[in-house]
Amino acid sequence: MEVSVARLTVRFGALAALNRVDISVATGERRAVIGPNGAGKTTLLNVIAGELQPTEGTVHLGERDATSLPTWRRARLGLGRTFQRSTLFSRLTVVENLALAIRARRRDSWRFWPVGDRALNEEVKGRLEASGLAHLAGRTAARLGHGERRILEVELALAASPSALLLDEPMAGLSAGERQTTLGRLRSLPKDVTVVIVEHDLDAVFALAERVTVLDHGVKIADGPAAEVRADPRVQEVYLGPI
Amino acid sequence: MLRRPASARYIALLLALALALASVPAWAPRFWIYIATQALIFAIFAMSLDLLLGYAGLPSFGHAAFYGVGAYACALLALREVDGLAPLLLVGAVAAALAAVPIGALSLRTTGIYFLMLTLAFAQMLWGLAVNWISLTRGTDGLIGIPRPTLPGLATLNITFYERGAFFILCLVVAIVTFVSLQALARSPFGKTLEGIRENERRMRALGCPTFRYRFAAFVVAAAFAGVAGALAAMSNGYATPDLLYWTGSGLALVAVVVGGARSLIGPVLGAFFVLFAQLGLSTFVERWELILGTLFIAFVLFLPGGLVGLVRRT
Amino acid sequence: MDVLNLAHGSFYMVGAYIAFSVVVATSNFWVALLIAPLALALLGAALEVAFFRRLYRHGHLAQVLLTFGFTLVFIDLIRSQFGPTTRSIPPPPGLAGAVELFGATFSSYSLFVLGVAIVVGALLVLAWRFLRVGAVLRAGVEDKEMAGLLGIDLPRVFTLTFAFGAGLAGLAGVVAAPEFAIYPGMDASVLILALVVVVLGGLGSIEGAMLGSAVIGLGYVIGTALFPQFAIGLIFAVMAAVLVLRPSGLLGRRM
Repeated sequence: MEVSVARLTVRFGALAALNRVDISVATGERRAVIGPNGAGKTTLLNVIAGELQPTEGTVHLGERDATSLPTWRRARLGLGRTFQRSTLFSRLTVVENLALAIRARRRDSWRFWPVGDRALNEEVKGRLEASGLAHLAGRTAARLGHGERRILEVELALAASPSALLLDEPMAGLSAGERQTTLGRLRSLPKDVTVVIVEHDLDAVFALAERVTVLDHGVKIADGPAAEVRADPRVQEVYLGPI
Repeated sequence: MLRRPASARYIALLLALALALASVPAWAPRFWIYIATQALIFAIFAMSLDLLLGYAGLPSFGHAAFYGVGAYACALLALREVDGLAPLLLVGAVAAALAAVPIGALSLRTTGIYFLMLTLAFAQMLWGLAVNWISLTRGTDGLIGIPRPTLPGLATLNITFYERGAFFILCLVVAIVTFVSLQALARSPFGKTLEGIRENERRMRALGCPTFRYRFAAFVVAAAFAGVAGALAAMSNGYATPDLLYWTGSGLALVAVVVGGARSLIGPVLGAFFVLFAQLGLSTFVERWELILGTLFIAFVLFLPGGLVGLVRRT
Repeated sequence: MDVLNLAHGSFYMVGAYIAFSVVVATSNFWVALLIAPLALALLGAALEVAFFRRLYRHGHLAQVLLTFGFTLVFIDLIRSQFGPTTRSIPPPPGLAGAVELFGATFSSYSLFVLGVAIVVGALLVLAWRFLRVGAVLRAGVEDKEMAGLLGIDLPRVFTLTFAFGAGLAGLAGVVAAPEFAIYPGMDASVLILALVVVVLGGLGSIEGAMLGSAVIGLGYVIGTALFPQFAIGLIFAVMAAVLVLRPSGLLGRRM
């Protein structure tokens, strides 16, 4: 699914968190959005996901103008996301967390009597194994380590089988091993899933992304193939200061 | 802390409780059968509130409105010469559910403190209606002279609901059905989704769940059960008055749920018995039952937030 | 303070009963006007320290339940002390008559009440905006940890604020006593109205509360004139309508 924003502006009072940003991500593309702190990256994700209404501009998901759609409708169109701060079902176990995500995807929860669901259990098991969380199945999310929580955070989004995935700093705070696992998980996503990843970890960014968009103070200052952006002096200036 | 699958011992305990209750008409004096009946009706009401509070995470302070609507609907029907048990209970449930539709649609757009106050406000509005719409409700005089219902099967056995203990058994059956239904609901896909919404609504929405619809459904279902309790109350007492809708009724139900232990369904049952025995039973022996109940309640909120059930789970 | 206190109505009720007791004992309304707010402030402070402060982190429901428990206790205490019958006290001499203004007759006491309301409201608005206490409270409610790290003695601020609020409720009770009936259930009637006013006006906004009470007051009077039976219902309908259109109330800040 294509993801695009046009002339996107988000103002908080006098502050423009995003200022006439145009971004277009093709179906199946791996796009990274980078920039220093306060650049507006998370705001961008929040607007695409529908948690924030833009002051001006539009959001398109596929062919559809999604600007006025609520979050859950966009998710139903195929948009998945992770949050910068892990947003899990803390008091539930890892298994229950995943089960909820799968149930939400299947949209068949309007049944009012208990049902045994073998397919559900099988899928939960499969995802637990693929993500390396199998040994933590019965643990409540609140009692996971930080890295484990981040992995579950990504797994929940993946369990919804999105056709476009927004990732907000998935690598933050992960150990080297956890980073490898997550990178592997993301790399193994089907080719037609669009991925937009906001990250500070530039190694992961350039390992994963085909194109990179750079934001600074709410303005897009670069947008192109990863190698080009890496070499762009303006981008280096923004990260390293004027040379 | 969260729901565990029911163990064999737990089920045995529940069965024992049910049987013990069923035996009450055999040995208890009439007055205590009456109190136990009121407690069962209140327990049904409290369980419906637990669905809202414990499972859906919706702190409603206006649930008594649906109880009262159920009572009045049943009363109005009974006074129009309808005396079958099924229609009388059904009209209580349906009327309450219908009332819940507009109230839920408006209130559920808010959360937390606003939701609490909105539900309270709507409930008071309905109370005001009950007091002032004299042509329909006879105001503070209330609707009186509501007869006991009839059940075709019983008639052949020559039993009426006026017999000692008969209405009590009816309430016990409804209570058990309510308990089992709500337990099933809690473990169903619907119930689990509701749990997810309660635990982290933001995530559920990000996963594509239309959370409003689920909460709305829970609100209406809870109202329907409250309406059934109200209908039973009207038939038990023989009258329906506006104070059934007054906010203190909602407050007492919350007390029952919290003292008993939210999100356990059996907790509210225990809590309901506790509150009712304090209210009706204690007041014959002790003049200042409100003081005692209030103090005990304060102690529970401060020191035992998991209620009686929480206490048992800890030991 | 972001605290929901159902016993606030009880403070009002206690204030009214204190007025009653003092007037019966000394026939001096003004003494009551002085004593009641102070007494309630002390009571409020004591309750906050002993009980309420434990619940700040447990959220509104726990506060609702706890304070509901207290309303039961208060009602019982009042009823056992004063009995269930309705009491009343006359307005103080000097305010008992009527006054002609703009061609209409107003009772002197009503004008007095209006005056007190305006003065108290103005003082609160000014204090909130211009004194440090307003900023401190707002900061403390938004981020307790940070405020503590900045050296603000949050517990003390909360206790004082709560006590102040209780004192105001007591003041309201005293002021209301000559005008309205004094009986053990009066806490409920005023509480509901107060909740409607606050929610309508918007949480966290004193101007909102003032606007809200003006709206509700006018609404109630107009409602009683037009449909006497459903005046109360009209008030709730107005509140519901406002909340549907502006979920944070007329002038509210989402807390």
